Amino acid sequence: MEIRPTERPNWLAERYDIAGWIHFLQKKAVPRHHASVFYFLGGMTLFLFFVQVATGILLLLYYRPTAEAAFESVQFIMTQVHFGWLIRSIHSWSANLMVLFAFLHMFSVFFMKAYRKPREMTWVSGTILLVLTLCFGFSGYLLPWNTLAFFATRVGTEIAGALPFIGKHLLHLMRGGEDVTGATLTRFFGFHVAVLPMITTALVLVHLLLVQIQGMSLPLRRDGSVPKEFGKRMPFFPNFLARDALAWVVTIGILAALAAIFPWELGEKADPYASAPAGIRPEWYFVFMFETLKLIPAKIGPIDGEILGILGFGACGLLLVLVPFIDRSANHGRWSLGFTIAGVIALVYMAVMTAVSYLMGGPS
Amino acid sequence: MQEKSRSDGRPAAFAPTRRGFLGWLLGGGITALLGSILYPVVRFIVPPKVAESMEASVVAAKAGDLTPNSGKTFKFGSRPGILVRTPSGEYRAFSAICTHLQCTVQYREDQQSIWCACHNGRFDLSGRNVAGPPPRPLEMYDVAMRGDEIVVSKRS
Repeated sequence: MEIRPTERPNWLAERYDIAGWIHFLQKKAVPRHHASVFYFLGGMTLFLFFVQVATGILLLLYYRPTAEAAFESVQFIMTQVHFGWLIRSIHSWSANLMVLFAFLHMFSVFFMKAYRKPREMTWVSGTILLVLTLCFGFSGYLLPWNTLAFFATRVGTEIAGALPFIGKHLLHLMRGGEDVTGATLTRFFGFHVAVLPMITTALVLVHLLLVQIQGMSLPLRRDGSVPKEFGKRMPFFPNFLARDALAWVVTIGILAALAAIFPWELGEKADPYASAPAGIRPEWYFVFMFETLKLIPAKIGPIDGEILGILGFGACGLLLVLVPFIDRSANHGRWSLGFTIAGVIALVYMAVMTAVSYLMGGPS
Repeated sequence: MQEKSRSDGRPAAFAPTRRGFLGWLLGGGITALLGSILYPVVRFIVPPKVAESMEASVVAAKAGDLTPNSGKTFKFGSRPGILVRTPSGEYRAFSAICTHLQCTVQYREDQQSIWCACHNGRFDLSGRNVAGPPPRPLEMYDVAMRGDEIVVSKRS
């Protein structure tokens, strides 16, 4: 007897109203034009987040979050556990690539002015996700409890402690006491594996939902024109998804290669009473801020230079979140030159400061 | 579905087609990819063998620690053992792990026997399972006096 696919009794369809979902997936399409490649950056960041979740759960099987056992447990993972070096190295490399892609995603959205009405909230949720990603990086960096991590955390939390009014409390809250100790490690562990993943997952869902509801944005052209090619579309399923999948497979290959060729170092166990090693600097994505605070004069007028620097970065961060509400021109479909220039300046500043740190910061 | 046949009369299922070949290539590639991900993950999850501290003998107690009709547990390598002094004053040592479900047993002075609190299992002073669910006797160790130390060792 012949049963046509459409007449086949569908277990799900008999119970849930999935027709709408199927219809949505069938008609979902992605614009196809010269800048379509930038649509992959968000999906790539999301994929790397999945890699982090998977490898992170695996590392949890052996990791011990105490000052006495953390370093040894990571050492155990790297030397005793089968493929432990691979899993940990992929976790570290993927973390760095995730930060990189989150930044690339953010800048591409910024320069194409995709944050403009009606996608303000997608932008806001995205910038918060970027901050959360950096928090993941900062908290995860301490977990192996090695010398570099110890001092990076000391300096990083001290910077937060320099904030006026709330600094002292914030410092105390982050460190779980006056100093960076085992209490800090346990705290950072809790944030890294429970608090941050929970908030991030929820926000990623919101971010994705907004993208699904509104579809992809088309880049705003400088002359305000709408090229003919903007009418072209590619079905999301399976065409775009297949391209996504291919990029992900290549990424897995790159991650495995990086992990095999450059396994992540463990360093030396943190000694709270030892001197900070020369050439110490934070992870590359914090370096531009680190270098700024290093170069800023101790006093600018009556104000502490460092506090000014920190407040400056805070203000920039806040401006970044609020960009869609400030850029009125883009909201009216006009290409906003000022914002493009500001973005270029920010990018150049970050690049120069990072280069200065690596070229002139002494031996690393 | 009706089976398609080609002009040469061979059924399509046996004819190599480009689509079929690409399908196999894609399927094989995906299988290989999943395999190369799952293999390290499964190996990672299986805990590596850690050399167990296998002490051949241990000092379980000092000579004056136990009065007749009493017992105490002690650490034997990474597992608990139990040292019993019988009412007649003799020392005996056993593995303290109940043969039923691996609870740690204790000496009951009122019953003059070894008792497991978890499921009311009982062993006599030779380690034999005499009541309750335990299926086998407790493993018995050798006891020797060395000065005033009571040394317990595994039977070879």
